Amino acid sequence: MNPNSPEAPKSSDHASRITNHASGTPNSSAASSPITNHQALITRYFSIYAALWKNSVARELMFKSNFLLWIVVELLWFGLQLSFIGVLYLHTDKIGSWTKWQVVMLIGASSFIQQLYQAFFLINCTNLSELVRTGKLDFLLLLPVNTRFVVSLRQVDLGAFVNATFALATMAYALHMAYATHEITSFPRVIQLFGFFVLCIVGIVIHYSLMFLLATISFWTVRAQGIVWGYYNLFNIARMPDEAFRGLFKAIFTFAIPMLLVSNVPARVLVKPATSFKWSLLLLAMSVLCFAVSEWGWRASLRRYTSASS
Amino acid sequence: MKKYWHVLNIGIQNNLTYRFNFLARTLFGLIPLIAVIYVWRTIFEGKGSDAVVGTYTLAQMISYYLLVTIVDALTAVNEDDWQIAADIKDGNISQFLLKPIDYLVYRLCLFFSGRVTYIAVTAIPLALFILCLRKYFILPPNWTALGSFFISVVMTAMLQFFTSYAMAMLAFWVLEVSTFIFILFAFEYIASGHLFPLDILPKGLEQVLFYTPFPYQLYFPVSVYMGKSAGPDLIRGLIIQAFWVAFFYAVARFAWNRGIKKYSAVGG
Repeated sequence: MNPNSPEAPKSSDHASRITNHASGTPNSSAASSPITNHQALITRYFSIYAALWKNSVARELMFKSNFLLWIVVELLWFGLQLSFIGVLYLHTDKIGSWTKWQVVMLIGASSFIQQLYQAFFLINCTNLSELVRTGKLDFLLLLPVNTRFVVSLRQVDLGAFVNATFALATMAYALHMAYATHEITSFPRVIQLFGFFVLCIVGIVIHYSLMFLLATISFWTVRAQGIVWGYYNLFNIARMPDEAFRGLFKAIFTFAIPMLLVSNVPARVLVKPATSFKWSLLLLAMSVLCFAVSEWGWRASLRRYTSASS
Repeated sequence: MKKYWHVLNIGIQNNLTYRFNFLARTLFGLIPLIAVIYVWRTIFEGKGSDAVVGTYTLAQMISYYLLVTIVDALTAVNEDDWQIAADIKDGNISQFLLKPIDYLVYRLCLFFSGRVTYIAVTAIPLALFILCLRKYFILPPNWTALGSFFISVVMTAMLQFFTSYAMAMLAFWVLEVSTFIFILFAFEYIASGHLFPLDILPKGLEQVLFYTPFPYQLYFPVSVYMGKSAGPDLIRGLIIQAFWVAFFYAVARFAWNRGIKKYSAVGG
């Protein structure tokens, strides 16, 4: 009762704003040049996205303590992964050629990528099956925006940004320690840092494309939620040093489901720059491929959509 | 007793509708398992032939993770804690207050039926997987170890169930229990030996952990199977495990009785 009443006028306000935009655009675009038309499209999508952000902030503010507790939960799991590595390196100096603080960098990078992915996409990917099952997708299909855009970016998980910051802080500390223990010979240069952040975005695109593809299975079977959560197991291998793997397993998780690239390559750019260039190209190529496949899967699935109970 | 037999029956039928979910979970779950085995293999190779980590050879280490997977399949709570919490929150428990059914026994039956179904679905893929790794899979050293392993697994299942049940009782007092369940799960995950065998930890830390119930939720039965707990250690371990089972049973009962007094059947 209580949480609903302030929410209701807000969302109807939203709907009217979005339709205002939509009815406004065709008129203005007819008169203007192609360049401003393009710009108008971008500003329109930005303003829609800003509205979605505002909605998400309002939602998070309703459950403040829960919001904080989830940050604690995520931090605990992050600490857990780090302590696993700590225990492994009590008994060895190297995994392949990866040393202790290099692996901490890897885990930090993996967590950074995963948290940002979670911030923007995770809830939306897991919600897709629910939208299909209940037929609520109808309303999103009717909106005069790209449906994939609005399905993928509807909600923002703000807590994940906090955890992404913790991951970055851990990486900074690991970098310091790796330098102090001579595991790396020099601090990364600006160009490496730039490469790292670009490749993180590329990695997020891969996570998003693959999970979105998995989520579209819900158009075929109602029980896709389990499959989507199964993707969590793949995050587990994204933070393992790539050199531990061989044979078929490595081939599958490099070229079919590029989990062994997603965080290993950005981490390599920082701590093993000598070998990282060809890996970066491969990661880039795989992300383009994954996104193309997911777009194809989305369109194929959408054609099957018949809505619910009608 | 006949009524609980029916509950069991219905539970199995209900769970069977989730058979594909169970199967997907098992198959997806094998991926991190394979990954961790690869990591250990690389570590052992880096240390040279006949290396040991703690007291573990490579075969023992791999067996450890396989046994963890087996014990987990046999004893882990699936969604029981969420369902119990939801039952309380949504007011579904009102009907059990009126009927001559004990809610704890009822949930225990459902837990048991969930495990039976889960094992029925995952036994074959899991067995095939272990068959592939059979040269690394060691057998228990003697019959005592195997027999005690089964006793210990049953107690592990009870312990898992009663801790989850007690945790779910929080739903009487707080609206959102999922974060608490996840926090407990995180501690359980590392301190019960899911990630690595507890005896490769520094001695002091390992000893501290053994004052908590966590090792008895997973690590202990595996160590019994591998013959690491034998003789007086074995007897003592089983007694401590039994103590923890009784303890959490008492906590679960106590929390229920307290919760019921506060319960107001929202929406029920």
